[in-house]
Amino acid sequence: MNFGSHFSYAMTVFLMMAGLFVVIARGNLIKQLVGLGILQTSVYLLYIAPGKLIGGTAPIISAQFQIYSNPLPHVLILTAIVVGVATLALGLALVVRIRETYDTIEEDEILARDHGEPAHDGA
Amino acid sequence: MSLALHLPALQVVIPLISAPLAVLVRRGGWAFLIVTAASWAALAAAIALWLATADGATISYALGNWPPPWGIEYRVDRLSSFVLLLVSATAAIVLPYARASIEREIPHAQHYLFYAMFALCLTGLLGIAITGDAFNAFVFLEISSLSGYVLIALGRDRRALVAAYQYLIMGSIGATFFVIGVGLLYLMTGTLNLADMAERIGAIRESRSVLAALAFLTVGISLKLALFPLHQWLPNAYTYAPSVVTAFLAATATKVSIYLLIRFYYSVFGESFVFQKLPLPEIMLVMSIAAMFVASLVAAFQNDLKRLLAYSSVSQIGYITLGLSYDTVNGLTASLVHMFNHAVTKGGLFLFVGCAVAVAGGSSLARLSGLARVMPLTSFGIVLGGLSLIGVPGTCGFIGKWYLILAALEKGQWGLAMAVVTSSLLAVAYVWRFVETAYFREPHASLAGRKEAPPALLAPALLLAGAMLYFGLETSVSLGSAAGAAVMLMAVGK
Amino acid sequence: MSGGHVLGALAIPLLGGLLISGCARRPNVREAITLVTSATLFLCVAALLPAVLAGGRPHIQLLEPLAGLPIAFRVEPLGMLFALIASGLWIVNSVYSIGYMRGNDEKHQTRFYVCFALALSATMGIAFAGNLITLFLFYEVLTLVTYPLVTHHGDDAARRGGRVYLGLLLGTSMLFLLPAIVYTWHVTGTTDFQVGGILKTQLSPAATAVLLALFMFGIGKAALMPFHRWLPAAMVAPTPVSALLHAVAVVKAGVFCVIKIIVYIFGLDQLDGSADWLVAVSGFTILAASVIALRADNLKRRLAYSTVSQLSYVVIAAALATPLAIMGAILHLAVHAFGKITLFFAAGAIYTAAHKTDVSELDGIGRRMPLTMGAFAIGALSLIGIPPAAGFIGKWFIMSGAADGRHLFVLAVLAISTLLNAAYFLPVVYAAFFRAPKAGAEMHPHGEAPWPMVAALLFTAGMTVALFFLSANLLHLAGKVVAVNP
Repeated sequence: MNFGSHFSYAMTVFLMMAGLFVVIARGNLIKQLVGLGILQTSVYLLYIAPGKLIGGTAPIISAQFQIYSNPLPHVLILTAIVVGVATLALGLALVVRIRETYDTIEEDEILARDHGEPAHDGA
Repeated sequence: MSLALHLPALQVVIPLISAPLAVLVRRGGWAFLIVTAASWAALAAAIALWLATADGATISYALGNWPPPWGIEYRVDRLSSFVLLLVSATAAIVLPYARASIEREIPHAQHYLFYAMFALCLTGLLGIAITGDAFNAFVFLEISSLSGYVLIALGRDRRALVAAYQYLIMGSIGATFFVIGVGLLYLMTGTLNLADMAERIGAIRESRSVLAALAFLTVGISLKLALFPLHQWLPNAYTYAPSVVTAFLAATATKVSIYLLIRFYYSVFGESFVFQKLPLPEIMLVMSIAAMFVASLVAAFQNDLKRLLAYSSVSQIGYITLGLSYDTVNGLTASLVHMFNHAVTKGGLFLFVGCAVAVAGGSSLARLSGLARVMPLTSFGIVLGGLSLIGVPGTCGFIGKWYLILAALEKGQWGLAMAVVTSSLLAVAYVWRFVETAYFREPHASLAGRKEAPPALLAPALLLAGAMLYFGLETSVSLGSAAGAAVMLMAVGK
Repeated sequence: MSGGHVLGALAIPLLGGLLISGCARRPNVREAITLVTSATLFLCVAALLPAVLAGGRPHIQLLEPLAGLPIAFRVEPLGMLFALIASGLWIVNSVYSIGYMRGNDEKHQTRFYVCFALALSATMGIAFAGNLITLFLFYEVLTLVTYPLVTHHGDDAARRGGRVYLGLLLGTSMLFLLPAIVYTWHVTGTTDFQVGGILKTQLSPAATAVLLALFMFGIGKAALMPFHRWLPAAMVAPTPVSALLHAVAVVKAGVFCVIKIIVYIFGLDQLDGSADWLVAVSGFTILAASVIALRADNLKRRLAYSTVSQLSYVVIAAALATPLAIMGAILHLAVHAFGKITLFFAAGAIYTAAHKTDVSELDGIGRRMPLTMGAFAIGALSLIGIPPAAGFIGKWFIMSGAADGRHLFVLAVLAISTLLNAAYFLPVVYAAFFRAPKAGAEMHPHGEAPWPMVAALLFTAGMTVALFFLSANLLHLAGKVVAVNP
């Protein structure tokens, strides 16, 4: 138990909080997505870092190697990255559409533009 | 090598495959046929699984023949088969409606994509209910959520985009919290298989990491199930999504999240730990009561029927979590049966509202004034659904309410019983806003010369209206499954 | 066989309603179906009578919405009596409705007849309910299907009246009755109506009193103060609705539930003081409602408050829970139905023929509408309790029950209320027959109302007198309710 073994956790928590703060505090839709990306990245770190054993190798069955790193977190996080990319892509696509229809990507301006319009009536 | 052995896999794989097929054919009509057929096949599989587990049996299916806990396990018990039945039946009923409904609400060129997204959403929801693997549940959760965001964004009002975006942000935070919780559990137990996890967690339950995991999971899933006050995404999403999407998501998405919460509480952490050692029931009780009252009150002041019903959903979710917080067999039964019955009710209601929107061109109460004269069947259906929300005997909403009151009285909590009945009176207030608008006002100009919605829209809605009455009078399926699942969960959760 | 009759009693009005809704364009067919349906229903109910009198209890069980709580029907003498009255008066009321609805050119007549048929079906369900859950189911259905009848005119007044009507009836039943039923189920594990009651020693007297309060205030249809305001509010409805539903089916369903719950859930002679407060509250309701009736100028409003007061006669008698008082309650339930429907019929006839709604406008009207006002007088006598009108019998038994138990409070209340009844009914009769018409009344010459209405009100007035002489049959049936070994 030294600083090194806790460092990854500290980074994880820092990224998590930073990401969450950006998502909540920023009104710019792109910045919110950036925050979301940071939040998700913290999760990657949370999974990957503990999988690594210092001095461990890839899990190859051989008499030469006694200590293995766990490969499963990498697999999981590959999936999570795919999910994260998809989320980001979809989020950006929505922001593009929002910008096309509202001509802004600031949350308060969007709300102001919708204000007063009767609900779901369109016309 | 019989097909029946692979039912758990087919349950998820059939809708999954239908999605790319729908994209490949690139024609709305063909895509509709493929996805509908897939949803009916999924329903057949769900019925078969439900029958197979009705006696309390548990089906374990090793995906790709990798035995659990190394491979991903699909695990079907009374609870998951009940949820599978609910989700696939809703999809099977809603899809025929979708064809006529999106004709009016979504550009023609996007139809095949709509069906593909619908199929993916269905896959995700079914996957959450069937999987026995925590990380797999996360993946399915994201599949259903991402496709859900797309479906919501397809609404024709521009605010649908903002609603979908906000849901995406909130939903992704929820999903990320969920995966953090799963990650912490994985770090502590070294397994992702839920059953395996439950065994290994016993000794270390009280460690701080497990508590943190529980907290992350609870908040993450609560965001997804729209537990008050984490419900902010729901009203806009339900209001601006296409009618059929609202109906489908209202009936299934929040319900599956509730399933996930129950699964983790009872099957992983254990009932005695979550409900007796921690102050969780108290917290959930407060949230539930707040949801029942605040959301109902807010609903009574809405000017748009879809939004009104969306807030009503938040309050009804309060009933479900209230039953959960009791931590008794009858309380859990109340939760589960209300989960099912509310899905039937809200699904039906939103289908009827879709009929009204198709004719009136909007769902604001002003536009729907005098609806009863133009569309008597639709109005009647909405009223019937409203009665079920109130919990009038003879409708399915009554069953859950009965068990909620019974469970409260069993614990000697008269105050809670009174809270349940008082909040049903608030439901009268918001349901009667529609009644008085539809029956006592002159028809709105946009309704002049209009007639009832076409049968393609009306028939599925009427089917669910029939289900509201059926499950209020004959409850061997709904209550039988819910009570069986509740007994099972309380037994294994010790 | 007998179980089939019970189902028939539920299904016949439903079927009739369905047929009626199919005949919206043909009023004659529609009204013929109404009459045939009501007659068939009465015959179907009457066919159950011999079996019940012989001690049989035809029963049938349908579905089981809650484990151990089936929807079950079981015909016992009290329900039999209630079903007979409601279905019999439906025939008369249908004849009357045809005259009234046509005479006043009402809109939405098809909806009116359909809802009426559905209301009767729900009433039969209440009458024959075999357990609390069935009773509750049909109780709520009755509230809901009568809502469109109350708000029939569809204007703002109707909407306001409808709000009070629904709010109070649905509100009390959800807030109090439902928890009471759940609690009964929780304590006893059954909700069946059983001779001698199902709550015996499980509860302390205080808990019994609380449960009784939940039940009594939960049955908003019994119009116990302070939850009585729905009844005057419901008077915005067309008069046939007020007549059958708010003099017979709905309000009688309320006091019927009261008697049924006290006799078959709590059990006779089991209450031991737990019902003292109920005697006080219903006594207060009797007097207070009478005083309000005295001050009401609108005739239907006066009749409504008179009903509130008369319903509490039944409740006060049921609260005494002695065999004699319960018999009085049952008899009063029956005879008040005939008297009150006559009065409402007369009020409707006056409105149809003369377009008058206020008591102060009725001077001299008896000369133009002698038959109507004659029937009104008989109804009034019955409600005051003067022989040879049948109202006397009910009052007699209630007072005997009270005297037996040395309940001086009840005796005093009944005596004062009799005076008040006379004070608010006799001036109407006097003015109608003996006062000269007000100046200007000649401007609107009119005679009696259309013949179906007159025929209907003469028939019920006749029945009011006839029941006095045929009371032995009523007594026989009522006696079977309170008999320990029926």
